[in-house]
Amino acid sequence: MPAGVGIPRALLYYYYYPLWKEFFKTLGCEVIISDKTNKAILNDGLSHCVDEACLPVKLAFGHVLNLAAKKVDYIFIPRLVSVAKGEYICPKFLGFPDMVKHSLTGLPEIIDVTINMRLKHRELSKAYTQVGKLFTGNRVKIWQAYRRGEKALKRYNQLLLEGCLPEEAFAVMEGKQKQSKLNSHDLKIAVIGHPYNIYDPYISMNIIKRLNSMGARVVTADQLPEEVVRREAANLPKKLFWTLGQRMVGAGYSFVKDNNIDGIINIVAFACGPDSMTGELIARSSRKAGQTPFLNLTLDEHTGEAGVVTRIEAFLDMVRWKKSQQAAGLGSA
Amino acid sequence: MKVTFPHMGNLYICVKGMLEFLDIEVILPPASSKRTLTLGAKYSPEFACMPLKLNLGNLIEASELGADTIMMAGGCGPCRFGYYAQIEHSILQDLGYKYNLVVLEPPEKHITELTSRVRQITGKKSWWKVIQAIKYGYLKSRAVDEVELMSFKIRPRELVTGETDRALAEALKEIDRAGNMQELKLAEVRGKEIMNDVAVDSRRPVIKVALTGEIFTLLEPFANLNIERHLGRLAVEVDRSIYLSEWINDHLFMGLLKGIRSTKEYCRSAAPYLNHFVGGHGLETVGSIPVYARQGYAGVIQVFPFTCMPEIVAESILPKVSAANDIPVMTLIMDEHTGEAGMVTRLEAFVDLLERRQNRGYTMKNAK
Repeated sequence: MPAGVGIPRALLYYYYYPLWKEFFKTLGCEVIISDKTNKAILNDGLSHCVDEACLPVKLAFGHVLNLAAKKVDYIFIPRLVSVAKGEYICPKFLGFPDMVKHSLTGLPEIIDVTINMRLKHRELSKAYTQVGKLFTGNRVKIWQAYRRGEKALKRYNQLLLEGCLPEEAFAVMEGKQKQSKLNSHDLKIAVIGHPYNIYDPYISMNIIKRLNSMGARVVTADQLPEEVVRREAANLPKKLFWTLGQRMVGAGYSFVKDNNIDGIINIVAFACGPDSMTGELIARSSRKAGQTPFLNLTLDEHTGEAGVVTRIEAFLDMVRWKKSQQAAGLGSA
Repeated sequence: MKVTFPHMGNLYICVKGMLEFLDIEVILPPASSKRTLTLGAKYSPEFACMPLKLNLGNLIEASELGADTIMMAGGCGPCRFGYYAQIEHSILQDLGYKYNLVVLEPPEKHITELTSRVRQITGKKSWWKVIQAIKYGYLKSRAVDEVELMSFKIRPRELVTGETDRALAEALKEIDRAGNMQELKLAEVRGKEIMNDVAVDSRRPVIKVALTGEIFTLLEPFANLNIERHLGRLAVEVDRSIYLSEWINDHLFMGLLKGIRSTKEYCRSAAPYLNHFVGGHGLETVGSIPVYARQGYAGVIQVFPFTCMPEIVAESILPKVSAANDIPVMTLIMDEHTGEAGMVTRLEAFVDLLERRQNRGYTMKNAK
């Protein structure tokens, strides 16, 4: 029987799942992901995590418990220290495997390999070799698995650039779904936020689909090429040391300047450390430019859906009103 | 040029000493107060951590006194502090405060980035003089820590409540007033004399409690609501996991000076519980618990500002560390809404628990 490796549908799942899945599958493992976020998973996470942690970390606890209940053999929780030179993810990502191990009991074996590319890029393949050794002694096979994983990740990133959302891209890659054609929408709204906040429909109150159904096309930071993000983020007075934060700020700066973007929605999780700083940077730059309407939404486990919906509706109304004013202004001039 | 910098406990004595050694005019912000925090909280991002809010308040108040240059430390993550200076500066700019910002932090590309920034502050002074100034500042921080350490031992045993605080303030003033190396030596001796003059009952039973956690809340009495004073008055002898001079030696001098206490020991002791550095002092916090348990402390209190990321990681691991080392640990989280009375009640309850634990241990040993 192949070993079952569980991957929590949380945190950087939205960035690396194709790689991880392909890697473990090639090694002959069965890959099991936790269920889609629901109330039970969130509640489980809330009751097992310290109060002060941010929503995404609490939710990740819930997903780990969900996997444990599925009786997987391993749970894959890499310690993601850094995925780019000179940068970090966030302190909670650094400590997450330890937080899980010391707060939860009755867990299957945890694969908590450290991925730290802060100093050297080579560390990455080393980390995967370390994981691969758990399942096979064959180094060639591990290397092959890693290469296949990388290829899958490349394809996935391409799909994101073409405008797919993560879950949709996963389905396209598995051949379950055709890449959907973009419908005609009258508005283009940029949604900025950590991937695990905006792409989890339960946590984000399904904001992307909701905006779509209200007639707005959604653009996210992940649909911008890496060079654009880095170039824009270089306008900061000092290089930002959080990779995800850098992407958000770079995208934010680019959206603020982009005339095709009708509005920006910034989604932050309450008590998220990096968000408290990056959100401030984006909001200030948007206010300074004074062009694009900007909405800041803070999410936590208490956020009520109705309140969020009302705010989005009001925001879109305002954006449409502004657009029609501008059109009228241009017409008369 | 009128240089200012945010407060962190008695840091001002050492930094002001260092700058004045170089004949640079210093404008000290008023000690952190309710007004500082209110101003800071009003203009800061909502869930930024409290040190940022207090920093911002300090800088606003210093600007009102005429300061025009901010000198701050920086860092390269992953703790938020590394980006404090830039965020605070952009908030101040938007508010219309005119400030020139000089951040002393590890250079991104080349060492000249740092040296040119130091030059912005020091002007044409020779590097030898700058090094002398740093040494002088460090010696001031050592002197400050010496008298503070004495106050931890004296306060729980003082005969007249409040005498220690008065003496400590006086001793610190002596050290602050010293204008050169010779005067500093004398001031340290005088400071210690002042502390020793406090009347104590040396036979009073005290229990030992350690404070650990985030550096700013540990060192700034306004941020921790005078926790050391409150504990002292409950007949508790306090120790702190971080002292300014140790921090300077560990982080700025890279442990150059041997023979003084270092937080390295904490990092080593953290290993079975937390296996990786998490920014800030998260690792040290976890590792300090086994160390204090070995040293026979009755309990440990973790202090940190609300939303502090490294300490949250530590907090979620502490219950295990506490159980494994058989030492009670309490966590206190500070933000702009924390009330002093509420904290004192919690401290009283914690100290009661520790005393009862100790007495029970004593009788159990006797029964054997």
